[in-house]
Parts: sequence; structure tokens; C-alpha cells
Amino acid sequence: MAEPFSGTTEHTPVSHHILSVLVENKSGVLSRIAGLFSRRGFNIFSLAVAPAAEDQRFSRLTIVVDAESAPIAQVVGQLNKLINVVEINDMRPDEATERELLLATVSVGEEGRAALLNSMAHAGASIVDFSANSVTVSLSGTPAAVDAFERHLEANYAPVEVQRTGRVALPRLNPPA
Amino acid sequence: MKITGAQSLIKSLEAQGVEVIFGLPGGAILPVYDPIIDSTIRHILVRHEQGAGHMAEGYAQATGRPGVALVTSGPGATNIVTPISNAYMDSIPLVVITGQVPTAAIGTDAFQECDITGITQGITKHNWLITDVADIPTVIAEAFYVATTGRPGPVLVDFPKDIAQTEVEWVDPPSFDELDLPGYKPQLDGDAELIEAAAQMMATAERPVLYVGGGILKARGAGALRTLAETTGIPVVTTLMARGAFPDSHELCLGMPGMHGNYTAITAMQEADLLVSLGARFDDRVTGKLDGFAPKAQIIHVDIDPAELNKVRRADIGIVGDARRVTEALATVSASKTQTDRSAWWAQLSEWQERYPLTFEPAEEGQALKPQAVIEALAAHSPADTIVVAGVGQHQMWAAQHWSYETPYTWINSGGAGTMGFAVPGAIGAKVGEPGRTVWGIDGDGCFQMTAQELVTARVEGIPVKIAILNNSYLGMVRQWQEMFYEERYSEVYLTPDVPNFVMLAEAMGCVGIRVDRPEDVIPAIERANAINDRPVVIDFRTDASEKVFPMVPAGASNSDVVVHPTQREGA
Repeated sequence: MAEPFSGTTEHTPVSHHILSVLVENKSGVLSRIAGLFSRRGFNIFSLAVAPAAEDQRFSRLTIVVDAESAPIAQVVGQLNKLINVVEINDMRPDEATERELLLATVSVGEEGRAALLNSMAHAGASIVDFSANSVTVSLSGTPAAVDAFERHLEANYAPVEVQRTGRVALPRLNPPA
Repeated sequence: MKITGAQSLIKSLEAQGVEVIFGLPGGAILPVYDPIIDSTIRHILVRHEQGAGHMAEGYAQATGRPGVALVTSGPGATNIVTPISNAYMDSIPLVVITGQVPTAAIGTDAFQECDITGITQGITKHNWLITDVADIPTVIAEAFYVATTGRPGPVLVDFPKDIAQTEVEWVDPPSFDELDLPGYKPQLDGDAELIEAAAQMMATAERPVLYVGGGILKARGAGALRTLAETTGIPVVTTLMARGAFPDSHELCLGMPGMHGNYTAITAMQEADLLVSLGARFDDRVTGKLDGFAPKAQIIHVDIDPAELNKVRRADIGIVGDARRVTEALATVSASKTQTDRSAWWAQLSEWQERYPLTFEPAEEGQALKPQAVIEALAAHSPADTIVVAGVGQHQMWAAQHWSYETPYTWINSGGAGTMGFAVPGAIGAKVGEPGRTVWGIDGDGCFQMTAQELVTARVEGIPVKIAILNNSYLGMVRQWQEMFYEERYSEVYLTPDVPNFVMLAEAMGCVGIRVDRPEDVIPAIERANAINDRPVVIDFRTDASEKVFPMVPAGASNSDVVVHPTQREGA
């Protein structure tokens, strides 16, 4: 199934790149990367970290970078100079398949539940926790789909507590020419 | 054989070929100082940790070998932050080892604890906190490898006290080839196709300039540079960090470009149709206002640091590689190419050289000394292989301009960071590395007062450096800016000429102190100083405070608007 263009959302303006960065699992590596971004004036929209599947010595960071704050080649070049950075895969939005996870707790009484379940079904969200007056839902999807669902919750339910993971990405298998 | 972590550290340093450590002990590093007594390594006890750092830098710049400094935790560590920053800006191989509070106390705000790996993260190539005594030989090997390869730079190893006291079985350190650093692979050889394209672009350029930076010296590439220049006949400018990389007396040498470069070097770059940057980084002090810099020039940029390419100025051809290897390859390829006729370019360059030489007005009877004349006298009456080490400010610029540098590694200064106070400890470090050569520190009276106490170290350790203070009783460069750009409103730049009494201060530190007020006393004082080899000498040259450094490209101005010496201006 072809997926819709997912690059630009309200959380990321047009010119961003996704950097998939393989780093050594050494203490302080996150701080080194965050410090580099701040001292060189590069902006990060989101940052996701997890152990690398291929080798336990490494972790993989997915960093969404504002490509207007600095030339992306300069961001990649400076990142590459960090001794603990092993490999950087730089993707434009149209070269990447991106996913993000949202958790949201919404206040909803008996009378609103049917509408909520209906909108969740449309979005593909699921319930992960509930109490008498609240429901925690989760949605994983393209950043644009997550944006749309978040907007819908904020427009229709209050209060809403939202947590997003920041996106992870892999290169598209059939990138545009 | 079981040894302590402290012994392991010293053995690891010996294994890296360390001959000398500049340092100062304290609580957290105390265990490490015990095995130093039994080590072959010479330890030089400084009077302030900043001195240790700059001495290690002077040593590294003079010899090409990494400088090593050893200090304690907390204030010992923070006192060496300035030298680390200096080494980062000037790509100096520097290995700093700091004591740290015991592992269990880290994070508790213990006595003399500070997060020195955090503090130095942005000003080191890399740093390490040792958490396992068994890691010491490997971490030290990694530290030396990272500091000395690729684009050289400072590294820091933080060494907790309990690790120093823990026993461990000694294991020989891995060789550099055996290190496991998957994210660090400097690229040394340039791409052959790019080198061919670059040599072709050079051969056909009508107004080319070789723009040579400190990287050529780091790569030990002065010989390759000379071959390339002579093969192609392309003129050479040497930046502040590259003075000496190409002989000033060579017919292809145009001298120093930049904010206080000479007119011809600055203007040649401005008017060039091709700049070949070898180990330079388009620093703002060289480019002036970037929008107006070398507007007609194509750029070939050679650098071992890929992040330097296109950082400041887009390169038409960017070559990642070691400056020596790429320069050698360019020379080899260029040898079979015919160079375009550049007689018009040389005619233009010669015209500029004749019209706008470096100049100053000699002192008239009864006037204070001219600082430029003092530098020229020092150069004329010191051995040819003298090493000059400068502080930062007017005296530094005059020393870069008015001393003719003929061989590599005879000029050492603080360029990128502009660290006042570098000269005295820098000169001491250079003299430790090159004990057989004359080392002149050229300093200002402001700079001298920042680190002068290291002359005590020099005297006690038997390091006979010579220091020339160009004493104009001002923070001269700031005064110059206030005169030119702040309507002569002098704010907090007057230092008083006689407090301290520099001769008495020098003698209190066990040095010979000489004061020179009159032009006729300059040369005898220099000759006397050059004849003294059993202790440091300080000469207090009383110089004219109204002298300014020219040419000057005002900050933010285009290099096309260079301000020449008043006697060379229109109508003068």
C-alpha cells in the first residue's frame, strides 16, 4: 500500500531531514550529540533512541533536524567528527518511511465514549488504559496521521494529556528518482 | 605482575613514548605522582595549571609530538580549560590527564569535584572517564591515537582516585591498529580524480594563489608545498598559523593575508581567480566580510576534516585528505601540465609589493622605541633557527609581520582562540622540546602579567627562555580599536608603565632583567640576552604606545577596504 506523503507536519516545517545515526553505547554519547547541536546552533525537532537491532554495542538515534538552521552537510560533517558516531544515514522526508507513536489520556464520560471509539477506529488507534472518567489511547502512524489525530482529540476532549515519541525512520524501499 | 592503576597510567604514558609531562599535583591525582618518582618521564612542575597546558602546546607545536599535561580535579582541571580550548582551535595534539574524585563520590558534589568531561566536551576531540582499572592502557592508547591523527587536537582523560589505587594485572597496550574505534577513520589520501581535476584547474588559472594554513605544518607538508609551488609557479600566502611553512624570502612568497596581513597577500586573494586552500579553514580573520571575500575566485579546498569543506565558503573542488599527501599528489600531477602564462598576474603582484610594502616610521631622537624596529632587531641578531613564541595582540601581529620566517616550526602562537598569556609558558614548552635552539617569547605587557609566574618554573627547571616584552603600558590592540573605532575614548586599557617593575619582577623570579628605553641600547641588550644560557632573560622594551598595526581590515569590512599605513594613503 502506498503511503501518503508524511514529511511535513505542524511539528516539522518543510525543510527537515531525518538522520539515522548509529552510535557506540558509551556513557555520555547522548550528551555529546545534544551538546554538539546546541553549540553549533543546529535545531532538533525530535530525537528517538533505542538499542540497535544488529549489534548490542550500538544504539540507533533517529534525529529530525531543521535543515534551515544549518546546511545539512555541515550537520552531518560535525556529527561524524564525534568519535562515538559510527554511521549516519541522511534522508530527505520523501526518501524515508517514518512512524511515530502517540499516547493520549482524554477525559471522557459515558456519553462521549461512542464518538471517541468511532474516531479511534477511523484513525486506527487503540485503548491501552482506562478509568471511570478517562481513557488512554495509543496511535502509531505517520507523523501527519498522528498530527491529525492529536488535533482531533484536542478539539473534542478536555483536558487532554499527550505524549509523542518523536519519529523513527528507515529508508524507503522505492525512493523517488 | 600486579601494579596499581597509577602505575598502569605512568607505564601507559611511557609506552606511548612520552618524554615529558607538564603538571601540578593535588588531592585526587596524588596517587599518580608516586610512580612518577620512578619513571623515565621528566616531570616539569608548573606554578599554575594553565601554564602546564600552554607549555604542552608549545612543546607540541615545536616538536610535532603530543604535549602531555597532568593536573588534579576541580580547580586543577578547570584551570587547564583555556589551554584545551586553545588546542582545539589551533588543532594541537594535547593529552590532558585530570584527577577525579573516587568513583563512588562522583555526582555527590565532593571536595574538588567537577564535571570536567562535561565541561570539555565541546573543546576536545574526545574525552574519557576511566571507570575500570583494566581499561587504562587501552584508553591512553586511544587518547594518543585520537589526539595525533586526522585533524590533531586535544583530548582529556579523567582519572578517579580509587581507580589509581586499585591493583590490576599489567597488560601491554594495544597498537594503534588494534584499537576498536569504529567511528574514527581519518581519510589520508585524496581522491585521485579530484586531484587531477584540481591540478587541471590550477594549470589553467590566470590569477591563482596557494592559500596555506596551519594544516600543512600539522601534516609535515612544508617540503611538499615548496615542490608544488615551484612546479606550478603559483604564489603562496601563509596564514598566521602557517608562518614558516614557506620561506618568506622565496620569490613565490607573498607573506601573510588576513586582518593584519600585508596589502599584496590580502589583495592577491581578493583578485584571484583561483584559491587553492591547503590546510586552511577560511577563518573570519582571513576572509574579512565573507560576502565580499575573493569574489572572483574558484575554490579548491584541501582539508583532512571533511566538516571544513563548504563550512564557510563553497568549494568548487573539495578534497578530503592529509595536506602533505594531497599536496604531494597535486605536485606530481602538475609536473606533466603546462601552466598558463601568468606574467600579467606577476606584474600586478610586483606593483602592489613595490607600492605597499610593510612599513613603519622609525623613532625620532628622544622618542620611545618603535615595536616593529625591536622585532626586526631581534630577528637580525638572533640565530637563524630561533623559535619565536608570541602572545596575543599588537606584539603578536608585529612579530608575525616583521620577522622573516624561513623554516617550519619557528613561529608558534595562539591563533584561533587568541589566548593572551600564551607566550611565556608556550616558549617554555618549545624550549623543553628544542633545548638546543634559542627560543624568544615576544610578549606584550598585558599578556606577560597573565602568566609571568611560569618564569619561576623556567628558572627552577633550567629552561633558559628569553622574553621580549614590548611594553607600551597599554592593552595595545584594544587601545588601537578604541582609537580607531571608539573616537579615542580609551576605556580600561592603560596598565601603567612602571608597576610592576618588570626588571625587578624578572629578577625576583631568578631571571636576568634588562630594561631598554633608547634605540641605541636595543641591539646590545639582545646580544647580551642571546649570550645568557643558564637562566631565563626578560627584556623590558619601552615602546611607543601610539603605534598601530597596519595594514588593517576593520572588523566586518571587506578585504577590498584594507586600511594601509598612513604614509601609504592617497595624498600622503
